[in-house]
Amino acid sequence: MSKKEDFVKFDKVDKSYDGKVLVVKDLNLDIEEGEFVTMLGPSGSGKTTCLMMLAGFETPTNGEIYLDKNPISNIPPHKRGIGMVFQNYALFPHMTVFENLAFPLRVRKISKEDIDKKVEKALSMVSLSGFGNRMPGQLSGGQQQRVAVGRALVFDPSVVLMDEPLGALDKNLRESMQYEIKHIHESIGVTVVYVTHDQGEALTMSNRIAVFNDGKVQQLSSPDKLYEEPVNSFVAEFIGENNTFAGEISDISNGSCKVKLDKGEIIANPISVKSVGEKTTVSIRPERALINPKDKMDNNQKGKIEEVIYHGDHTRVRLNLLGNSEFILKVPNSSQNLDIKLGNEINIGWNSHDARALDPK
Amino acid sequence: MSSETQKILSTDGIPLEESLKQAEKKNKIKAFLLVTPLLLFLIITYIIPIADMFSRSIDDKMVTNMLPKTYKAMEQWDGKELPPEEVFEAFYLDYKILVENKTAGRLQTQLNYEKNGFKSVLKKLARKQKKFEEGNYKEQIMKVHKRWRNVDYWRAIKRRAPAYTYSKYLKGVDMYSNEQGKIVQVSENRRIHRILWSRTLEVAFFVTLFCFLMAYPIAHLLATLPMKYSNLLMICVLLPFWTSLLVRTASWMILLQQQGLVNDFFVWIGLVTDDNRPEMMYNKTGTYVAMTQILLPFMVLPLYSVMKTISPSLMRAGKSLGATPGVAFFKIYFPLTIPGIGAGCLLVFILAIGYYITPALVGGASGTLISNQIAYHMKSTLDWSFASAMGLMLLTGVLVIYWIYNKLVGVDNIKLG
Repeated sequence: MSKKEDFVKFDKVDKSYDGKVLVVKDLNLDIEEGEFVTMLGPSGSGKTTCLMMLAGFETPTNGEIYLDKNPISNIPPHKRGIGMVFQNYALFPHMTVFENLAFPLRVRKISKEDIDKKVEKALSMVSLSGFGNRMPGQLSGGQQQRVAVGRALVFDPSVVLMDEPLGALDKNLRESMQYEIKHIHESIGVTVVYVTHDQGEALTMSNRIAVFNDGKVQQLSSPDKLYEEPVNSFVAEFIGENNTFAGEISDISNGSCKVKLDKGEIIANPISVKSVGEKTTVSIRPERALINPKDKMDNNQKGKIEEVIYHGDHTRVRLNLLGNSEFILKVPNSSQNLDIKLGNEINIGWNSHDARALDPK
Repeated sequence: MSSETQKILSTDGIPLEESLKQAEKKNKIKAFLLVTPLLLFLIITYIIPIADMFSRSIDDKMVTNMLPKTYKAMEQWDGKELPPEEVFEAFYLDYKILVENKTAGRLQTQLNYEKNGFKSVLKKLARKQKKFEEGNYKEQIMKVHKRWRNVDYWRAIKRRAPAYTYSKYLKGVDMYSNEQGKIVQVSENRRIHRILWSRTLEVAFFVTLFCFLMAYPIAHLLATLPMKYSNLLMICVLLPFWTSLLVRTASWMILLQQQGLVNDFFVWIGLVTDDNRPEMMYNKTGTYVAMTQILLPFMVLPLYSVMKTISPSLMRAGKSLGATPGVAFFKIYFPLTIPGIGAGCLLVFILAIGYYITPALVGGASGTLISNQIAYHMKSTLDWSFASAMGLMLLTGVLVIYWIYNKLVGVDNIKLG
């Protein structure tokens, strides 16, 4: 069975609530069958609106959404057959866990034996066997979340939408639930569209991530690409930690460029700059810059340590480097005999390939 | 040994329980002092009046106090045949005092309630007894009027012996205790109270139903509209609360009367002809319309407060799981509003069952309720004990409804706000 590449397709979708501001602008997005796609972005970036349009609770102002090649704008939500997990779980408080899971099957008039079988299967999938007779109020947050996931999957929908489902859980539980949802997705191969503002969550779970800002998809790619190769400074800033230098291109040739800063000059990898004189923001991931590098690196600078923060597995070092007093380094705790002390001057080096010259902020 | 070790002591060696009591004592006293004014207020304005009402409704000491010697002598009498000489003597002595004090009239009236025609017999005795000689009172009294030979009259006196009576309660349901002491119904053309009770229940039921039907959509709208509209709507709902009850009822009178605005409108749009205007006031229709409008906020507010807490995502979840909007409403939304419905219905029903001013003003003859009857006996007939009895029956009815409601829905499920 070949997978359909545009199983879910947003085609030139615009959305405005008040006729004055577009919250979603010209959205084009193809989601492959069985894929786990995350919409990631700050609040107000339009990601939840996109999800609601897909679920059928909002209608696109312009454009069309296709599900398996069929336009769905005129289909009411209850006929779309899309499962949804809500931010606050939205479990029906007056029904038991069993009844909650049976609800989508009962409205589809499925026979009682089949309902019992399917609900039992769904409950074991979310490791809640034996909880069928509990009321949602008697469950912990994590258990309620599992019920919500089970309920969204029990009627075998082709697509499942998740709207910040882990937002209300504490950190440990959130992490274990991330893996659990990921494993469920892998085992049943349903298409998942996931909305979150937590980048860690997005990186852990997704096949592809669509980074939203200002109603637009800034970048749509796999987690590693998104982190390693951000295409603009918003993505670089939003995903992971990031050291930036603002400057101007002074020379550009052979896939590398020189950027003139207020103090000094660095060599960078031109991503979205093309000519001399352009303003740019250079982005370097903290783990790409090394202290006293052994190998030869084409950027070598001296910086003064301004702050040292112990983080357990690593130490965060804040430096003043080339006039940027917010330059962050992450030093693994295994690396000893480094002279990390407040006020010390140290050598920092990085490859020009890892210094990406992006659009100016 | 075990009991010694099990007793937990505080650091100073005092048993922990006592130590805790000591520590909490001050707070308890403070808390009690804080609620004392309210407690006193409730006792004075609520508990005491109800107790007084109750004692009034069963109090029947008037006759008992007027004939103390007679009742003492009657204790031995079995009531089958004419009483012995001692009873006649005691009655003569009691009655003599009453005649001298000029209070015999009250006794005559009271005993006439028990046995028709007693009044004239007693009046004759009052005239003749001045000439009585000492001794053999039985003969002398029986000589005054031949009815004194009829044991029924003596039984009538004996029936008034207890200091307490439930006859007022029987009267409240159109029954009475007859000469043989049996409880029977009054004749059919005099059964007015039962009609009033059933009408009161009927009006309360339908007013509750109408309030529910009208309040549910309003409350839903209030709970789902954006803030700026819902505030305006809320003011509209609450506006009647800020207007005097009399003003509201009076305005309904202006609207509903035969030459009123509503009728004018009906004539204008050609629904009815000018000389055939329907009567919408001084009957049950008027009572229904006015009471529904007045009690509507009591239904809207509990419903609103419950609906406000229902997350809109529940309905969305229902729809996304494949339920049509109708199914989602009846399976998800409606069950969750039941606490509000319960609270609202209970509130409106209990208020409606004791409603007074509105039915008095717009009810007319066919729209008056039991509370109007109570007021009538309070103000016009001055039969306070009967009014008290009916008031207590109403209160008991409300408590019974509350009890049934608790069994059916559970008071824990009520949510007033």
